[in-house]
Amino acid sequence: MSSLIDLTAAQAADRVRAGEIDAAELFDAYRSRALADDLNAFTWLAEGAPEADPVRPARDAPLGGVPLAVKDLFCTEGVPSQAGSRILEGYRPPYTATVVAKLAEAGAPLLGKTNQDEFAMGSSNENSAFGPVLNPWDTSRVPGGSSGGSAAAVAAGLAPWAIGTDTGGSIRQPAALCGIVGLKPTYGACSRYGMIAFASSLDQAGPLTRDVTDAALLLAHMVGRDRRDSTSLEFPGEIELPRAEDLAGIRLGVPEELSGEGIEPGVLDSFNATLRLAEGLGATIEACRLPHAPHALAAYYLIAPAEASSNLARFDGVRYGLRVDADDLTEMYSRTRAAGFGAEVKRRIMLGTYALSSGYYDAYYGTAQKVRTLISQDFEAAFASFDFIVTPTSPWTAFELGSKTADPYAMYLNDFCTVPMPLAGIPAISIPSGLSEGLPVGFQLAGPAFSESRMLDAAFALERAIAFDGSGPMTGDRARRAS
Amino acid sequence: MIDRDQVLHVAGLARLKLSEAEIDTMTRELSDVLRHIEKIGELDLEGVHPTTHVIDLVNALRPDEPEPCLPVEVVLAAAPEPVARGFGVPSPVAQ
Repeated sequence: MSSLIDLTAAQAADRVRAGEIDAAELFDAYRSRALADDLNAFTWLAEGAPEADPVRPARDAPLGGVPLAVKDLFCTEGVPSQAGSRILEGYRPPYTATVVAKLAEAGAPLLGKTNQDEFAMGSSNENSAFGPVLNPWDTSRVPGGSSGGSAAAVAAGLAPWAIGTDTGGSIRQPAALCGIVGLKPTYGACSRYGMIAFASSLDQAGPLTRDVTDAALLLAHMVGRDRRDSTSLEFPGEIELPRAEDLAGIRLGVPEELSGEGIEPGVLDSFNATLRLAEGLGATIEACRLPHAPHALAAYYLIAPAEASSNLARFDGVRYGLRVDADDLTEMYSRTRAAGFGAEVKRRIMLGTYALSSGYYDAYYGTAQKVRTLISQDFEAAFASFDFIVTPTSPWTAFELGSKTADPYAMYLNDFCTVPMPLAGIPAISIPSGLSEGLPVGFQLAGPAFSESRMLDAAFALERAIAFDGSGPMTGDRARRAS
Repeated sequence: MIDRDQVLHVAGLARLKLSEAEIDTMTRELSDVLRHIEKIGELDLEGVHPTTHVIDLVNALRPDEPEPCLPVEVVLAAAPEPVARGFGVPSPVAQ
C-alpha cells in the first residue's frame, strides 16, 4: 500500500495506464489516508472510487484515474461546495465547475473537497468556517492560504494532487509553506465557470502538486476556452511535460524590490542558494527593477476587495445557503450576511464597498487600476531583457497559528511577492527550494503571459538540481513534531 | 482614516449588520489598512490609463440562441424559501 502513495501522480497514472496498478485500489489507498486526515485538510470525501466505465476505463484516460482533491470553492454537482463559508451551509450546487469536469473527463475523479480561507480571503487558512488547516511539517503552524487544505493534503500524501485558486498568491504561498509545487496560470488560461468568485479580474484556477511534472500534467488538462467564461482563452499550443536538463541561455531577473527588505534571512539564504544552482545549470542571473512592485499590495487590497464586495452581494439569503429571518427584506439581508460571513470577509466587503462608494471611487479603485497598468508595464519592460523574474514566494516560512490574526495588514504582507503577477495577469510557479529551520521555503518564477510550458521546463531543471526531499510529512513525521 | 459614522454608512450600503464591538474593531482596522493603502495616492499617475483587462481580448460574443437551462425545481431546491416557480422573501417594507 505504501508504495502506491510513494508514486507521484504522473507515475501513478503511468502505472494504471500500463495495467500495473488498479485505479480503484489507488483511489481507496488515498481515500483511507484522507479519511484519517488529522490536519483538517478535507471538508468532504467521496464515498469511493467512481464506477468503472466499461467504454472508457481509467487505464485509457490520460490521467489514469488518479484521484483529485478540489478546493471547496469549486462547484461540484450534488457535493457540498461552501467556499469555506457558513453562508453557503448546506449548499449542493446543481452543476460542476468546468475545470473539475474537464479533469474528471481526463481521468482524475473527485477524491474530496478541501478546506480553505472563506471565499479565498486569507493567507493562513485561519478564516474558514470549518476551522484552520494545520501544516503537515509542523502542526502548530499554518499551511498558508487560501488554498491551505489543498496544499496540506498534497504535502501530507492525503491526495496525489489537488487544484486550488490564486487571486493574490492563494496557490503559490500555501505551496511554498507546505513544500510542494503550485502554479498560477495566465489569466484566462483556465475557465472560471463554477468557481465561487472572489475577485473576477484576478481569480485563476491552478494545480498544487508534489512535483513539477505533476503540475504540467494536471495543467495540460485544465486549460482551454470555455463558452461559459467569456474571459477564458484558447491556450496557444500545448502544455508539454517538462524535459529540460539545464538552464542554458535562460536569463533570470532578480527584482531588488521583491528580494531584499522584509524577507526573512532563512528564506533569502535558500533563495540565494537556488540562484547559485541556477547559475550552475547555465542560467545568467542579473538584478532588475520592478519599480512599482512595492505598490502592488496596496493596489491589490483595493481592487480585490472592491470586486469581492460586488461578487459577494449575491449572498443574501434568497437563492441559496443560510437565511436569518426578519420582518422586512433589508433586515433579512443584513442579518443573514452578519451571521453568515466571518470577520475577514466582512472586513474586505467593507473595504471594497468603501473604495467603490460615491466620492471615493477615483481616489481608490480608479487609482489602483492605474497602478495596475504601471505594474504590467514594469513586467513588460523586464521581460524584454529576461526570460523569467524570480523571487522568494513568501517573505517567511510557515508561521504559528494565531500569530498574525490580530493585525490584518501584517497578514496581508504575506502576499508581498505574489500579488504583482496576478495584477499583470501573468503566470508564476512556486517550487520548494529547501528548508529554513526545518520548514519549507518556496522559490517563485514568473514569466510572460502563456509562457507556462517554458516556465515548467525551467522549474523542472531547477527542481532536479535542488533535489528537495518532501517525504517527511508523508511518513507521519508530523505527529512527533506536534507532541 | 475612516470614522464610526462612515463605517455605519458603508455597512448599510453593504447590507451588513454590525454589532457594537464590530463597529469599533472595523473602524480601527479599516483605518489602519487604509493608512497603508493610501500611499499609492503619492504616485504620479498623470496620463496613465486604468487597466480594465490584463490580456488583450476582443468582445467575446456568441449567437443569442435559446438552449436548455437547469430545471426550475432543481434551482429552487437550494433556496431557503422556495415558492411556486420563485424565491420567497419577506416583505420589502416592515410589517
